[in-house]
Amino acid sequence: MLDNLSLLGMVPSLNLQLLLDGLLIGSVFALAAYGLALVWGVMNIKNLAQGDFVIMGGYIAYTLSEPPINLHPIISIPIIFVVMFVFGWGVYHTIIKRVIERDLFTSLLATFGLAIVIQQLLNIAYGPDVQTAEAGMEIREFFGGDITIADTKLVSFLLALVVGLLISMFMKKSRMGRAIRATSQNARAARIMGVDTNKVYAFTFSLNAAICGVAGVLISIIWVIQPFFGITHSIRSFVIVTSAGFGNLIGVILSALGLGTVEQFSGFVFGAEFQQATVVGLLVGVLIIRQIMQSRQRQVVK
Amino acid sequence: MKKIIQVRDVNKSFGGVIANRNISIDVEEGKITGLIGPNGSGKTTLFNSIVGYHPIDSGTIHFENHEISKLRVQKIARLGVLRTFQQTRIYSKMNCVKNMLISSAHHNTKWTDMFSYYPKELTERAEKLLEFVGLYGKRFLISGDLSFGQQKLLEFAMALMNEPKVLLLDEPTAGINPTLINGLIDRLKRANNEFGITLFVIEHNMRVVMNLAESIYCLAHGEMLSKGTPEAIKQDQKVIDAYLGAH
Amino acid sequence: MNIKLTKVIFYGSILLAGIFAPILFPAYTFQLALLWMMILFALTWDILGGQMGYNSLGNILFFGAGMYICTVVQIGMYYDVAEYTAHFGAVKVDFTSYQYFTGIATGLVVAAIACVIIAVIFGWIVFGLRGPYFAIGTLGVAIAAGELVGAWDYVGGGGGISLPNYPGGPADREMFFYNLCFISAVCTFVFLKWLYSTRFKLALNAIRDDEEKAEAMGIHTNRYKTIAWSFSAFFLGISGGIFGNMTGFIEPLEVAFPTVTFGIFMVLMVLLGGKGTLWGPVIGAVIFHLIKELTWTYLLGWQWVALGALIIINVVYFQQGIMGWAQEKWPELFGITLDETNSGTEEKILS
Repeated sequence: MLDNLSLLGMVPSLNLQLLLDGLLIGSVFALAAYGLALVWGVMNIKNLAQGDFVIMGGYIAYTLSEPPINLHPIISIPIIFVVMFVFGWGVYHTIIKRVIERDLFTSLLATFGLAIVIQQLLNIAYGPDVQTAEAGMEIREFFGGDITIADTKLVSFLLALVVGLLISMFMKKSRMGRAIRATSQNARAARIMGVDTNKVYAFTFSLNAAICGVAGVLISIIWVIQPFFGITHSIRSFVIVTSAGFGNLIGVILSALGLGTVEQFSGFVFGAEFQQATVVGLLVGVLIIRQIMQSRQRQVVK
Repeated sequence: MKKIIQVRDVNKSFGGVIANRNISIDVEEGKITGLIGPNGSGKTTLFNSIVGYHPIDSGTIHFENHEISKLRVQKIARLGVLRTFQQTRIYSKMNCVKNMLISSAHHNTKWTDMFSYYPKELTERAEKLLEFVGLYGKRFLISGDLSFGQQKLLEFAMALMNEPKVLLLDEPTAGINPTLINGLIDRLKRANNEFGITLFVIEHNMRVVMNLAESIYCLAHGEMLSKGTPEAIKQDQKVIDAYLGAH
Repeated sequence: MNIKLTKVIFYGSILLAGIFAPILFPAYTFQLALLWMMILFALTWDILGGQMGYNSLGNILFFGAGMYICTVVQIGMYYDVAEYTAHFGAVKVDFTSYQYFTGIATGLVVAAIACVIIAVIFGWIVFGLRGPYFAIGTLGVAIAAGELVGAWDYVGGGGGISLPNYPGGPADREMFFYNLCFISAVCTFVFLKWLYSTRFKLALNAIRDDEEKAEAMGIHTNRYKTIAWSFSAFFLGISGGIFGNMTGFIEPLEVAFPTVTFGIFMVLMVLLGGKGTLWGPVIGAVIFHLIKELTWTYLLGWQWVALGALIIINVVYFQQGIMGWAQEKWPELFGITLDETNSGTEEKILS
């Protein structure tokens, strides 16, 4: 551990490498976190199955990229967007609709149950081995090989950017986007003004599932997927949203990039097996900091 | 007359919005003091500052000989300053008697008292107070199932159960059936007379506050507008303007 | 008198059933022991989750902590722990009867006390969190604890520790651990039955219904919350110590800190039986354990999917639980009555 730390000091380019990797992967985290911020802010649902939606999207991309279909994962993004949108719509109407007015623990537990169902079904279908969707891209070298950037990471960074921009455009310009923003500010007022909030909720949740699906495709290209990795992705989203607050897109992006970077560095210093511990440690840390800040105002973290 | 609560030059702002500016108020022991003002004039903020719900920006708040502006809610409550809430708050899944029992005073409880049984006298006192506010027959019902007005009465009874020295009431008559208001005024006066509890009341209903209070403070836009006897307040042009201007 | 007699018969028959069940069905001793442990899990989760309204997803922390602390004490009393764990499998260590039983007794006591201390420290960290933040925060701490123990070589790391062998035959061993589980569950129940008859329960319920109001009324909320959690930790710590010895081998992720099995079973059993009641968790635990043991093997790999589905169905369609449902159906049995005999109606305050 100390060896790795001193290595960082001696080889400056390593820091740059880790920083770049962190920022690139953080951009993908930002997508799933933005989805969580959306459902959290609009319908006050804390979705613990968030990470499992991501992994699910990844597995669909993986399946499509294998024989007999052999579809390139990047081309499959629109298909997965639609599939996950429909899936989210189904989940909304079977489960979420019935817990939306109930206390928060109910929605948390219901989505936790959903997370278990998804991860176990994936486990039955694909087994517990890690998988990657093959995108067949090169790895670029800079500075004589000191810094390497996989094309897949660059492409997924750009794709995450595009998807993010499209969604924020949609939120600003479209009728549904405006209805969503109105509902998140005051659901009752929106209802009085003639917004069909049930439709807004269904749409928001489906959109979230679709965004997660896209994030999953990108994860499956640049990293690995495994049925039980969902919980870590869920906790990542929670770390990002809790530190940024919802309804704050820039904050979500910055926290996500920060989280990606911290994870890369700690993975290097402590070893890859501490990845989950790092994410969870950050979650606890963020909650404690929020708590201290709130307690100065004699308030609690609600 | 002894001043039981002394608020001196209290400032409180939320972000850029100034909710209280240089507010000074005296609440006299054993009396009923009123606090009026248009919506958004900072009355509830002042209440919250006194009971320690949030820190104040500057100024001092004294209760008896204690400086309480740095203390936390529970500590202040145990000293004997209690408040009721504008949006009535009770323990909605427990029955009325249990609501009353758990509201008994906590100021000189020992650690071992956490695991004690309730003595019979306490239950009797709880029932007597429930009868005082007219909820005796409903004492075994789940309090959340009571009507809004009844919940308000229960909250008042719970406050009496706690035997506070000062009771801060945030709009005690809001949402109460008008036919019950006279009865409630009577109960408030009796709480003041018979139990010796100093009352500090936020009230919108002018008839109620004029009938109840011996001295009245009026806030507007976070500042102290006027103070005096009900008669003086009634005649004060500034108060009349503030109320007409606000609506 | 009659009611008293009924009660004596009722509790007596449960105790007798508990004592004789493993003698009558010796093949199921392990399952029966597990049943008592499940009851203990549900009861301890309900102290916070049901009575106080703090839904923790991380109570399993105390189970795992108790297990490891008990094990380390047991071994450490007579051997060097680091050496024992490092030579895992290679050196066979035999404990004498005396060493074994004094070790387990001391281990359980130390585990219980240490868990209380952990609860106090941990409570200081997480009690500023409310609702979903509390649930996620506790879940995070429990997962983190598992990861940390897995990286700690002194206690065997991810490879785990084999516990000392029981000095006696397998039947004796099963009976011994059955009795430990049985006694600890009964003690938990009796303790909580007493606790819920005191001022303590009302304070917990007040915090559940409206914590801000409880603070405004001067209740020492932090004191109550910390102590309630310490009780939970105390019994869970003991159960962890027993369970570790009963299975004979412990490791951090599957045995000691199983957040998605035992950790979530606790919650599910309480929701099934009814939150915030004394009997709800017991009933929920019995039903859940029976369903689980009877159907598990027939589900052929789909059991975890079934578990997830059960959670969803339970929270979405049957959240009040069995006791909650009974209370809605027969409110008079639970003392919710309107007293018409007395004149104290609200009209009286009309003057």
